[in-house]
Amino acid sequence: MENKVNIMVVDDEEIVRESLTSWLEEDGYHVEAVESGKKALERLPAKNWDLMLVDLKMPGMDGIQLMDEVHKTAPDMLVIIMTAYATVDTAVKAMKKGAYDYFVKPFNPDDISLTIRKIVDHHKLVQENLFLRKELKKQYKLRDMISKNEKMLEIFDLARTVAKSSSTVLIQGESGTGKELLARAIHDESPRMDAPFISVSCASLRERLLESELFGHEKGAFTGAVVLKRGKLELAQDGTLFLDEIGDISMKLQMDLLRVLEQREFRRVGGSDLIAINSRIIAATNRNLSAAIEEERFRADLYYRLNVISIHIPPLRERREDIPLLVDHFIEKFNIEMGKQIRGVSEEAMRILVDNDWPGNARELRNVIERSVVVAKGNIVTESDISLPSAGPGADHRMKSLEEIEKAHIRVVLNENQWNIVRSAQALGIDRVTLYNKIKKFALKKEGIAPKE
Amino acid sequence: MGDCLQATVRTMPSLAVPPESFEARRNQYYSTRILKEMLGEVPWDALKLLGVTDRDLCIPILTYVFGEAQLGGTAALVSLARLRQEHYGLEPDRPLLLERLRRESLHELGHTFGLIHCPSRDCVMYLSNTVVDVDTRGRDFCRHCQTVVTSKTVGRGRDDDGE
Repeated sequence: MENKVNIMVVDDEEIVRESLTSWLEEDGYHVEAVESGKKALERLPAKNWDLMLVDLKMPGMDGIQLMDEVHKTAPDMLVIIMTAYATVDTAVKAMKKGAYDYFVKPFNPDDISLTIRKIVDHHKLVQENLFLRKELKKQYKLRDMISKNEKMLEIFDLARTVAKSSSTVLIQGESGTGKELLARAIHDESPRMDAPFISVSCASLRERLLESELFGHEKGAFTGAVVLKRGKLELAQDGTLFLDEIGDISMKLQMDLLRVLEQREFRRVGGSDLIAINSRIIAATNRNLSAAIEEERFRADLYYRLNVISIHIPPLRERREDIPLLVDHFIEKFNIEMGKQIRGVSEEAMRILVDNDWPGNARELRNVIERSVVVAKGNIVTESDISLPSAGPGADHRMKSLEEIEKAHIRVVLNENQWNIVRSAQALGIDRVTLYNKIKKFALKKEGIAPKE
Repeated sequence: MGDCLQATVRTMPSLAVPPESFEARRNQYYSTRILKEMLGEVPWDALKLLGVTDRDLCIPILTYVFGEAQLGGTAALVSLARLRQEHYGLEPDRPLLLERLRRESLHELGHTFGLIHCPSRDCVMYLSNTVVDVDTRGRDFCRHCQTVVTSKTVGRGRDDDGE
């Protein structure tokens, strides 16, 4: 078992290299000794190194610089720094920079052999653990998406297949179900992965702006067009163009877009040259496009052009088995982002999370977990750390319709957040675009708030 | 020891410790330098050469060693210095010293037969960094290590000598 352990010794003194090598070889390790940081970096890709023993003081690149370089490509590499003279400063510096341990030459044979054995054993366990975890998760994952729901797994399979083609895809699903994540996953799994993924939110821009955003404009095309601007269609060349909230675009833009899809070419606003496009288009909407077609708000011909491959992502409440999986996933993510060490959620907290209906879907769940990770005092999230937006105060139940309650609630949250759209959207568990739409729909205005200026 | 190795053991006249192996700063001797010196003294009919010295041995990277050997080579060296009870402030114990010397000698010679440290505590090839390790590990080679040694001695040493 142990004779497969690879140790690299880096020291400019030949006698040290020799004696350390022969001594470690007696312990059954495979040892290679090099005389400089440069040589060490050359040898790094050659083998699956388990451990590096690096001298601190070497001409050229010193031990800590070498360790930094190594950690750029192999962040998990265990490095032991060796030095002839130990000072507290260098020891602290080495450990802070990520050294596993720090040894003063000459070593006590008992210390070094026990330490090496311990770290080699530990390292093997960690590697095995990582491998097993990855194996376990693989079947539930598509890039950043995670699920064990039958329907979702079918979607992951379909997405992997679709990724290989250039067909247009239409993704439907409620806000927060991960339409953009899925679009990105399709892009990342496709042969276009090295070309850009360009995302445009069609709902957040007025017609004129969206037009120039998509098609770009020539210099002088309209007042304010002082320089030539390439549109997202051009920027997504060879890659993927993601059109979010496609159900919200005007009839005129629907016409323009249809032309692009049919002819695979377009003109910049105010331009005369035709520009060919070869990007894949993925569109998404949280609206019911069939209903919009019936109401003549959406062109049927554009719908059929976009709907070559149709994917409908189910809402979170229809796949509750994913909630514990997503909770763990988000906790892991926020632990890293916030430097926390939350191990999980209590049983009662999980019950509340699984029972909730999550109108804002996975995005809302993510926001709730983010908040709970922030406020959690121990290393377990308990029910008191969880605050569900729907359980918050402010809802006046004398109001009859859901719409009235929604409007009132949005107004409360907006006022609470001084009309900061990003914060309000986060608190509501919806995205900015949806919030803008709701503000428009309910004709909400910044009233009763003293203007800042 | 001859039984363990299944080979004839012969004692040579003693050799002087090479003065350049003395490391004044540490008041110890670099075992690798002595080992190199020994290599020039291996008799033509000897399979292995074991050196025994009273000097305290070290190698540049370690504070001390009980002995050193060429892994898969010819020469091995053992020091008595840290095997003596006196080194630890205890009463001299000659039988214990001889037993420790026998085990250390087998251990270092084992390395010359290409053996690395054995995971079995009952084997003389088990890693020992302290005199307690020397006393508690096995007296002889385990079955696996014994096979390796025997495969290299039988038919070479003792049998050739006609014993």
